Amino acid sequence: MRKVLDVKAMSKIYGQGCPYCRDATGPEVNTNICRHCGSVVAIDDISFTLYEGEILGVMGESGSGKSTVAKCLYFDETADGGTAHYFDNHGQYSLFDLFNLNAAQRRWLRYRRFGMVYQNPNLGLNFGISSGGNIAERLLMNDILVYADIRKRATELLRRTEVPMDRMDDLPSQFSGGMQQRVQISKALATNPPLLFLDEVTTGLDVSVQAGILDLIIELQDRLKTSMIVVTHDLGVIRLLAGRTLVMKNGHIVEAGLTDQIMEDPQHAYTQKLVASVL
Amino acid sequence: MMNKTTPYPQSTSYPFGFLDVYAKREIRRAVLKALALPGYQVPYASREMPMGRGFGTGGLQLTLSVIGPDDTLKVIDQGSDDSVNAVNLKQFIRQTCPGIDTTTETPKATLLQSRHRIPEVPLTEKQIIILQVPYPDPLVYVEPSEEIRKTMHGEANYARLWVKLYEDIREYGEITISHRYPTRINGHYILDPSPIMRWDVPKLHMSRAPILFGAGREKKIYAVPPFTKAEPLTFEDVPFRTENFLDDSGNRLACRRCGARDSFLDEFTTDAGEKVYQCSDTAYCTSRMKRAGMKRSPEVDHA
Repeated sequence: MRKVLDVKAMSKIYGQGCPYCRDATGPEVNTNICRHCGSVVAIDDISFTLYEGEILGVMGESGSGKSTVAKCLYFDETADGGTAHYFDNHGQYSLFDLFNLNAAQRRWLRYRRFGMVYQNPNLGLNFGISSGGNIAERLLMNDILVYADIRKRATELLRRTEVPMDRMDDLPSQFSGGMQQRVQISKALATNPPLLFLDEVTTGLDVSVQAGILDLIIELQDRLKTSMIVVTHDLGVIRLLAGRTLVMKNGHIVEAGLTDQIMEDPQHAYTQKLVASVL
Repeated sequence: MMNKTTPYPQSTSYPFGFLDVYAKREIRRAVLKALALPGYQVPYASREMPMGRGFGTGGLQLTLSVIGPDDTLKVIDQGSDDSVNAVNLKQFIRQTCPGIDTTTETPKATLLQSRHRIPEVPLTEKQIIILQVPYPDPLVYVEPSEEIRKTMHGEANYARLWVKLYEDIREYGEITISHRYPTRINGHYILDPSPIMRWDVPKLHMSRAPILFGAGREKKIYAVPPFTKAEPLTFEDVPFRTENFLDDSGNRLACRRCGARDSFLDEFTTDAGEKVYQCSDTAYCTSRMKRAGMKRSPEVDHA
């Protein structure tokens, strides 16, 4: 299998940081606030590999750093340490050292090779323009400057995510939460990115809408072979989507492995608690 | 003290061109930088002028910094030499720059200061045109933070301007920007070509005369150097078009004074409620009438 993403010892600290930060935080001491300097160690020593067409689940409680992992890789946040390599075979095989890129290269990857779906559609969509316009923005970032082509592509994408065609020219603010999320997914998929980050995409939606969106994600992964990192605290979502899962607590990965294995035979005490607490 | 007989008090200590030599030097430096980076908005320390910001202080400072005693100046506002703003500016420059000539005829001018129009007669490499600019940055439509706008300009990240065009076409079936049409200079920076109408945008392209833009309130100077590409933003399948001035039956409207069918027309409503059209560029109109030996009628002149 081809590697898509290779992350080694990634860390992110909010605050000034001190030499004791790493020892003073983590699941062993059950905090991510350093008692010496007060800095918040959001993530520390995060290492994993993502393969082509794979869905990797990142699971953990609020504040465990799971969203920070996605944000650092999507350049919403700047990682403080570690390395991340992205392997791209668009045209020619190339490798990007994610934390050593200039602004233009970062933007190129963000706009053309990565996609992000946020929990809050406000972050991923521009509510001042129509949903078609939101998708157009992503296409225009890729220098597609033919109006008819943009319309056609936006129509296709919205059809694929089951947004009614006659709503294409409406503002996202006139949509239900589930529909906003579908538009966000269409936008993220506009340029067929090889790597997609999904940050709590179904959180806060009612169950039937959740099911629809999860089905959509599985179908897309099946058809487009997109690699995905799915960040969620919902075990059901992990069970349904992810082949492999990382379990995070206090900024560290406490357990990693095949999803089935983690669900059936959790090793770490925290994972055991998580699995046991599912109703 | 100003006395009534001499409009310009010769005893004043103001230097030639009103601005002190350091202010002029700074502005000239900004102009050179603007010419070297076509379309880039160069910040400068816009000086206080004896008129309110927003009345053309940016253009005025540029004019006063580049003008010399040998120059012949033309000042227009909305195409007209006779409008209040143009007359006042011209008078101020004449008072503070002793020795310069002024004219209304475009070909005779070496320096032109204008608001909202570029003259109909093509400019030459012997001329410089200075445009007064209220809003220099085309990205203000889509991004409120200047810091982010600067990064967007630097990275030529203009997708959101095209989204605006997309939304226009989606809603109205065509691009509805009438003036301040975002235009890409030399393949990189997109500038706001002052509030000139679409009609004048093609004149930026490969212009023989350097075009300088001065925004006094926003403290920015930018330029289109001579013989530089200027492309209005469009989609490949939705071409840029200018005002066509066609009447209901598809005929090109003509100026009621000089009969021109190739100029930008202003629309008036007469007392009788009738719509009439005449050249916005008054100097062009008058020169056409003179050449044809036509008589000027006062009531039409002062419409």
